[in-house]
Parts: sequence; structure tokens; C-alpha cells
Amino acid sequence: MSSLTSPDAASADPKARQAWLSLLARAPSTSVLRVWNAAKLAPDHIDLRAPEVGAVMVRGRAGAVGAPFNLGEMSVTRASVRLRCGAIGHGYAQGRSTAHARIAALVDALMQTQVADAVRQAVLCPLEAEMSSAREARASRAAATKVEFFTLVRGED
Amino acid sequence: MPGDALAGGFSDVPVQAARAFRSAMQVMARPGRIETMTGAAPPAPMTVAAGVLALTLCDADTPLHLAGRHDCAAVRDWLTFHTGAPLVAAGRAMFGLGTWDALQPLDRFAIGTPDYPDRAATLIVEMDVLQAKGAQLTGPGIRGTALLSLPDVAVFQANAAHFPLGFDTFLTCADQLAALPRTTRVESA
Repeated sequence: MSSLTSPDAASADPKARQAWLSLLARAPSTSVLRVWNAAKLAPDHIDLRAPEVGAVMVRGRAGAVGAPFNLGEMSVTRASVRLRCGAIGHGYAQGRSTAHARIAALVDALMQTQVADAVRQAVLCPLEAEMSSAREARASRAAATKVEFFTLVRGED
Repeated sequence: MPGDALAGGFSDVPVQAARAFRSAMQVMARPGRIETMTGAAPPAPMTVAAGVLALTLCDADTPLHLAGRHDCAAVRDWLTFHTGAPLVAAGRAMFGLGTWDALQPLDRFAIGTPDYPDRAATLIVEMDVLQAKGAQLTGPGIRGTALLSLPDVAVFQANAAHFPLGFDTFLTCADQLAALPRTTRVESA
């Protein structure tokens, strides 16, 4: 796929691009739509690949070291767009929201242009904050139910 | 420009793919019939008809072999983005794409097994000319006889003699599509 990425994307830090694509893919569709509409961005673009829904097999490894096994299939929606300036964006989103996938692709394309910082402030930062607060709320709920086990010495050793 | 590999796909996938599939089925069911295909803009040297056919028939489960000048970076990138078809050697391919000369020797391609005659390759042959004259076709799907310009008669006669084994063939020229299934008996005019 390396020959398919635009020169801009190739020169950008791939780790950073992975980070924002990951954030856009995992964020809830309702949040992505709300943040995108609030940002009032409507870049002129054409669809290279109109949003399409498919399924991917999620694989896991016990303890991240065991033999890989198939955990189950999940719905994924993907889209590719090209902006008028030539920047190409690819977006993947979990679930079946075609709007979400197109927004992910548009944000990916915009992040390769001069307006990247504005897009980061308007779209990525609010999503990041929302995701991390949701993660912390969940972690604190789980921590409240944590049980400490104490074992008396039984004399074997 | 690298973006060219990403352009040229269907703009309205469900409708265009359904129409193209209908055309592909019609030409295969009625050998000698020629249909016009539209909707794709593949990179040279691939023709429009071959591009539409690839978008319609190929996906990640259909290994494709590119022969001769069709085995170039532009075509590979275009097919990879739009179809996801694995590009493989001729022996493992379900589809072979190229000119008649580039596809030779044809015994590289699978012709199925007696238990599974469907495990045969389908060749997409890019032609300079495609018209309803030349070799005479008879067999299933043809009322009386039909005429079609074929690249070679003896090869298709030998292929039909293998029935139920043998490869099936699509013939493309610009936006024109015709087909020759293994069931058709061919005689030179």
C-alpha cells in the first residue's frame, strides 16, 4: 500500500497518523458527528471510495502472548476521499455509520493540509478528551469493585 | 500522480456492479453477443470493459494473474485498491488478464478437476478488434449459429473437447465485451 499513499502522508509522521485514525475509528459515531458538525468544516471533496460496510475478524491472543484465536467478527465501515487540493484521506470506523466513516476520511485528509492544527483543536482534541474521560470513568467504576485477597500462611513453606 | 490509482472506480457501486454483472452473465449465456460496458476508468493498458469486469467479478477471494504489459505498477495499484484481489502466478489464478499473446501458454491456467470442474480459470483477453464475424459458434445459448472474431480457433476447439473441464473466456475491446464459455463448439469460417 505504500505506493498508494500521497507524498504528504508519506512525509508526515506515520505514528501520528495512526494515532488520529485510531481515535476516529474508535470514537462513538454520535460524538464524531456532533464534534464534526460543531467544527463547521465542509471541505470540497470527491469520493474515491464511497462509504461501504464490511466485517473484519477480530483476533486475540491470551495474555497477548498465546496462540492467536478468532474472537469474533465486527462491523467496520470505510471510505476514501480526495480534497480539491489533492490530499487523500482514508477513514475506517467501527459500526455501520457511513457518515462517521466519511468524516474520518475527511479529517484524515485535512490533517495532511495547512489547516491541520485547526482541525486538531476542533475535532481531535474534543474527541480525545471525551474518550479519555470515558475511559477514566470506567476504570474508576471498576476500581470501586476491586477486592483484595489475603491468604493466611498455611505452613507448607 | 499516485492518486490516479485511487480514481476510476464505480461512482454508484451497487447499481453499476449489478448492471455490469447482468451484462457479463448475458454474454456468457449467449456466446457471440457483444455488450457495451461503462462505469470504470482503469489505467492503460487495461480497457474499460476489462476494468468494469474486474470491479464486478474480482475481490479478495479471487486470485488474479496479470500477463504481459498488464503486469505494471499502475494496474496493480488500481486493482489492489478497488478490488483487493490477490495478484498471483498463473497456476493459482481464478482470473487471467492480458492480451492473447501475453496469456500464452494457456496450459498454465487451471481447467478444473473431474470432481470440481468449476475450479477453472476465467481468462479476460484484451483484443484489438471485437466484432460479430469470423469463427462460427454453435452450442448452448446459441440459436443456430453465431459469429465472433476469435484470436485462435484451434485452441478453443481443444478447450471445448476437454468438457466438462476447460477455461472460460471473456473477450474485451475498448468498452465492448463478449464471451466464449467452454461449452461452445468453434469452427473456422
